Amino acid sequence: MPFQWFVALRYMRDARGQTALILSAVSVGVSVIVFLSALINGLQSSLIETTLGSQPHVTIRVPREEPRPLVEASSQRSIARLIQPASQRLRSIDQWPVVMADAERIPGVTAASPTVTGSGIATRADARLPIVIRGVDPERFLAIINVPRKIVQGTFDVSGDSVVIGSTLATDLGVEVGDKVRVASTEGIEEVMKISGVFTLGSAAVDKTWVITSLRHAQSMFALPGGATTIELKVAEVFDADRIANEIQSQTGLLADSWMALNAQLLSGLSAQSSSKIMIQVCVVLTVALGIASVLIVSVVQKSREIGILRAVGAPANRVLAIFLIQGGVLGLIGSFLGSALGVIFSLLFETLTSGPNGLPRFPVQVDLELLAGATLLATGVGLITAVIPAGRAANLDPATAIRSG
Amino acid sequence: MADPILSVQQVIREYGDRVRTRALAGVDLMLDQGEFAALIGPSGSGKSTLLNIVGLLDRPTSGRVILAGLDTSNLDERALTAFRARTLGFVFQFHHLLPAFTAVENVMLPEWADRGIATREMRVRAEAMLQSVGLSDRAQFKTTDLSGGQQQRVAIARALVRRPPLVLADEPTGNLDTNSSEEIFELMRRFNRELGTTFLIVTHDPRIADRCDRTIEIVDGLVKSDHVR
Repeated sequence: MPFQWFVALRYMRDARGQTALILSAVSVGVSVIVFLSALINGLQSSLIETTLGSQPHVTIRVPREEPRPLVEASSQRSIARLIQPASQRLRSIDQWPVVMADAERIPGVTAASPTVTGSGIATRADARLPIVIRGVDPERFLAIINVPRKIVQGTFDVSGDSVVIGSTLATDLGVEVGDKVRVASTEGIEEVMKISGVFTLGSAAVDKTWVITSLRHAQSMFALPGGATTIELKVAEVFDADRIANEIQSQTGLLADSWMALNAQLLSGLSAQSSSKIMIQVCVVLTVALGIASVLIVSVVQKSREIGILRAVGAPANRVLAIFLIQGGVLGLIGSFLGSALGVIFSLLFETLTSGPNGLPRFPVQVDLELLAGATLLATGVGLITAVIPAGRAANLDPATAIRSG
Repeated sequence: MADPILSVQQVIREYGDRVRTRALAGVDLMLDQGEFAALIGPSGSGKSTLLNIVGLLDRPTSGRVILAGLDTSNLDERALTAFRARTLGFVFQFHHLLPAFTAVENVMLPEWADRGIATREMRVRAEAMLQSVGLSDRAQFKTTDLSGGQQQRVAIARALVRRPPLVLADEPTGNLDTNSSEEIFELMRRFNRELGTTFLIVTHDPRIADRCDRTIEIVDGLVKSDHVR
């Protein structure tokens, strides 16, 4: 075994008490980092999942109509202008199958779905409620928003005159699966539709207003034969949505909104949470670093005579340096293994203890290998770095002085 | 005549920046291969400083130390360490074994620390060395479980395991009872005879000094007397 490893491990074994103490400090530190990260990552991804459960990652739609001049200025005629915003009507995306095919080819885009989305009114007995009519191609749409998983009554069926509606809307209308409801679009076209399923997507606005029907049906209700008002996309990496939206916007001239732009508040909340997580982690890392450093410094002082002897009998300064660096690194490494295990146990315990009456966790924690590997690397690195000062002191000891006075 | 194993030429060693104290004031000293010499003198005379300088643990303010034919004044720290490891053996007053290690591991240290990796041959050599100081049955003992005399024997084994031409001993018997002192002295004598190792022994004990082949006396940083018996 290399000399420096042998001496480092022997010193650690010999000073069992000290080693155990600092290992527990490192473990506790690492477990706090693992637990905290698991908890916050879990909360964040469940928040994002809920948010994205009812909306596409990117929505492509036509830009607002610009005001058009009624009279053009020319060399013969100068004009005074009064510009009023143009009124916005529901329009189809030009050549939407081409736009959709192009969007699907962008790396990172995993699914695309054309929809006709417009407003309307649902009527049943005395209830007249505003609604959002979503005409979709079921196969494509379900890749974007998984409605069947959130169906609470009936089935997801939008063929013929069947529609699927939000649960709050169903309650407000007083309807159940199999009931009929009268739906009028803003184009003034009215139809009677049969409810085949009721869903709860978890977003109040969606559950209160959405009526999902077939694309063809919606096209006819909004007098947009063959058209699509939006193309909705799903991307592989949810945080790439902004970039992809920008890319599409600059390529096509259409508007592309990412979920990130639409949920800026949620994101700033998440990022504040992440910052506080990082703050806590930095403090923990500092504490661990100071712990390792102080133990090693004490050990160097205690062992200065031995270090002098090692140097006198032939150990080069760099091997003495290595002896203490190894101790720092090994303390960090073993501490991070113990700490990771402890952190995982804490996380699972926490999840179990806080689970709701239905047995599902109220605060889902998310422990992944990446987190554990990160914590291990971090603790080992911190161990190595904090060992630099004591190790340097050891390597620079003057052997003659150390032997005499140590 | 063969080159001397050690040649100290006009060595001056001063300490301090503002108030300069002279520990050595121009020492000249030569040791031939196979000599067995005592270095004596009152405390504060500069013996230990001289031993540290000869042992390459300290550098002279001026003057030269030529060891085994090599002028050491131009060696850098790294080269000095390596040269020290191969040329010199050390025996200290308080044995200075490493308490966390076994006897055999302590004897392996000089070669192990210098070369980096332990080998089978290193262990074999260390065990043979322990045997020659009469401690083969104590090889696996922690050094803290050995008696004072045994510890000093391990220290001698450690100093000699690489067969250095010169061994420096700083009060090797200073901490031992009469019997153990005798044992240690005889052991050094024997290696001097059998291996031709040169010994330079700092001692306060006149009984030890009188039995060396040569006695060098240092007073106030200068060699005051030097007799060969």
